[in-house]
Amino acid sequence: MNVAVAIHDVKQDAFAPASEAGPAPKRIVAAFGFWIFLLSDIVMFSALFAAYAVLSHATAGGPTAVQLFSQTNVAVETACLLVSSYTCGIMSLAINARRRAATYLYALLTFLLGAAFLALEVREFADMVAIGAAPQRSAFLSSFFTLVGCHGLHVAAGLVWLTVMMAQVAVLGFRASVLRRLLCFALFWHALDIIWVWLFTAVYLIGVQS
Amino acid sequence: MNLLGKLDWSAIPFDQPIIMGASGGMILGIGAVLSWVLLKGYVPYLWREWITSVDHKRIGVMYIVLALLMLLRGFSDAIMMRTQQAVAAGGAQGYLPPEHYDQIFTAHGTIMIFFVAMPLVIGLMNFVVPLQLGIRDVAFPTLNSVSMWLTASGILLINVSLFVGEFARTGWVAYPPLSELQFSPGVGVDYYLWSLQISGVGTLLTGINFVTTILKTRAPGMGYMRMPVFCWTALASNLMIVAVFPILTATFAMLLLDRYLGFHFFSIDAGGNAMMYVNLFWMWGHPEVYILVLPAFGVFSEVAATFSGKPLFGYRSMVAATMAICILSMMVWLHHFFTMGASANVNAIFGMASMIIGVPTGVKIFNWLFTMYGGRVRFTTPVLWTIGFMVTFVLGGLTGVLLAVPAVDWTVHNSMFLIAHFHHVIIPGVVFGAFAGYVYWFPKAFGFTLDERWGKAAFWCWFIGFHLAFMPLYVVGLMGMTRRLQHYDVLSWQPWLLVAEAGAVVIFAGIVCQIVQIVVSIRRREELRDLTGDPWNARTLEWSTASPPPAWNFAVLPNVAGRDAYWAQKKLGHATEATQARKYEPIEVPTNTATGFVNAFFAVVTGFALIWHIWWLAALGLLGALATFLLFAFRDEEEVEVPAKALAEFDRTHHAEVAP
Repeated sequence: MNVAVAIHDVKQDAFAPASEAGPAPKRIVAAFGFWIFLLSDIVMFSALFAAYAVLSHATAGGPTAVQLFSQTNVAVETACLLVSSYTCGIMSLAINARRRAATYLYALLTFLLGAAFLALEVREFADMVAIGAAPQRSAFLSSFFTLVGCHGLHVAAGLVWLTVMMAQVAVLGFRASVLRRLLCFALFWHALDIIWVWLFTAVYLIGVQS
Repeated sequence: MNLLGKLDWSAIPFDQPIIMGASGGMILGIGAVLSWVLLKGYVPYLWREWITSVDHKRIGVMYIVLALLMLLRGFSDAIMMRTQQAVAAGGAQGYLPPEHYDQIFTAHGTIMIFFVAMPLVIGLMNFVVPLQLGIRDVAFPTLNSVSMWLTASGILLINVSLFVGEFARTGWVAYPPLSELQFSPGVGVDYYLWSLQISGVGTLLTGINFVTTILKTRAPGMGYMRMPVFCWTALASNLMIVAVFPILTATFAMLLLDRYLGFHFFSIDAGGNAMMYVNLFWMWGHPEVYILVLPAFGVFSEVAATFSGKPLFGYRSMVAATMAICILSMMVWLHHFFTMGASANVNAIFGMASMIIGVPTGVKIFNWLFTMYGGRVRFTTPVLWTIGFMVTFVLGGLTGVLLAVPAVDWTVHNSMFLIAHFHHVIIPGVVFGAFAGYVYWFPKAFGFTLDERWGKAAFWCWFIGFHLAFMPLYVVGLMGMTRRLQHYDVLSWQPWLLVAEAGAVVIFAGIVCQIVQIVVSIRRREELRDLTGDPWNARTLEWSTASPPPAWNFAVLPNVAGRDAYWAQKKLGHATEATQARKYEPIEVPTNTATGFVNAFFAVVTGFALIWHIWWLAALGLLGALATFLLFAFRDEEEVEVPAKALAEFDRTHHAEVAP
């Protein structure tokens, strides 16, 4: 008698593989679904990145990346966003410990850092438009404003979401559905950081070099 | 400052009798249905049981109803084009002016792909996948309702374009620079873009929902290699939706920015690059073909196995072929525009990739053939659609391999040969597949089978009509006729186009047969009633529950021990086991919600306002959508409990499920 036959004779569920375990708990399902959404969002960004890569030298006689980008401004923006990810992480710990006050505090810090990032970005955009480097000037600027602006819109949406979540914590408390949403928010916020790191590299670092 | 933006009375085409007649008919039809519903007092029922339903089965049925209605619209466009080309030769100008003809071919393509094929396929997946996986609903039921209603919003907007304003004249691909504001200053392209953006969000959410459902919520024991092939194809299809629909969203967003804010992504000045649009569009567009056709392949697999009374031949190779197509489909987009002028090496690579994708498809064809070989094949309507598909699709696939040779493609690019080719794969692949699935699963959804005689008549009309309509197009294509011609001077093309017109009429007869089929079947429903829940002696879990299934699908989640789970249970004699001994536990089902419907209302308002530049209304629409979303997020009750007694009662009065 060979091994395969012997295995078939044993009762199957003794070592059923994970794929046969049945429906996953709701928390896992929600987080998994949100990961899939994040991947799709990253695909959308990749299309914008591709457009920027194609058009980054199509300046049509207008200002170029080297003339426009300020390294210090971007460095401060990056610092704000990365630190906000850190405070968001601490917020998650506070949520896991069900500590409301700490949750509010770190949510507030996260919000302020995100808002500071946005303010700096808006100022950068406004300055560029003021010197005639508006998105209508060239294909390069169109793709720059769209790519960076799309990330900015995501951050703005994240700020609204964070505000709503704090209202939910206040009104509904740490119930299961609120906890799932907070988990998804944390995933979202960290994913924005990842996209920003790519953006920082592909747009600002490479842009100033060439 | 105009409160209504660009909208005024000139938007209504009073001077165009054909459009006014069509819109009038449509408005009368909708009005008649609405007043019938109101007078009969069906509104509360519809609201409670359908509009606010988050049940995947109801949502699936609504998708298919939407798709079949839009099939009528898309087909009207088709037969109008065929008629125009049949008569507009030489001195005759036909009955459609160029600007109207251009809108018709654009609407035909857009509607058939986005609002017929997509909802058909997504509807079937909605209805079938959770039942086949042995579970009670999709992973995110409310999101599913939102998706369906967003699709309906897109459909509504595209139909409004018939009456208010105009539709795009750019072809269904809307290539710039033609689709830029400079060359298409009207609202047509905006209707196109916003209706597809809105329904595209719905499709993306569906993709996320089904990937999660299939990967994370299968019934106990339903391992990957035990899933029915339809679920595998649904998985592949939804993975592709998640991977490529965001590209379409981003591409359309860029075109919208060009049109609304004067950006220069695809413009002819200031460094814009129109070919970038074409590349991005087909990075979505080619996988889209497989998003549509793979679930149809899944239907054929189910039908072939069930009606041959045999397990599917080569299950593992079928799964491998499905996933191979899923990956390869994303590596062939450039074959849609070999004429772009990429280097010979680039064209050769994409040509070869396109040919390679024929290999897994061939594997599938052989698997279906070997499934039927040696089986006791019952020649029911779904089987006729399946065999008709195989015969037709192989030929259509072969002309595809021909087109994959860049040198050949250069000579027939954008000719009627291409039109013949893609209809030759999409109609048998997607439409025949969807019809096979529609007939196959209809008794599961409604508890009675469809009339076979009218079903077979419909098949033969479609099958013969298809060949009459499209084979001549290969010929005129090789004779040099290009696509999208409103008028032509070469009289030797006309006989072929007359044959094609006759084919379109035969297809119309097929559609009439299908309408008669549904009417006859509803009238004879008591004769056609199926009380067993398993009218075809089928193999997969959806047939183990009552027809129509209860809201909870399965009173007790099935415990799956192998492939063709229901077949195995029937063979073991469990199917007839008494239900007395079963232990019922209360089930939580998600509560109904109007979120999807209300959100869709605001989506239509926002889309319409953006198309006509009514900015305050667009802002209101967005605020409304946000408010709907917040109301949903703060609601208190998420699920209602179905008590064990109700489950037992249902099982006593209906055919019981197989005991696990």
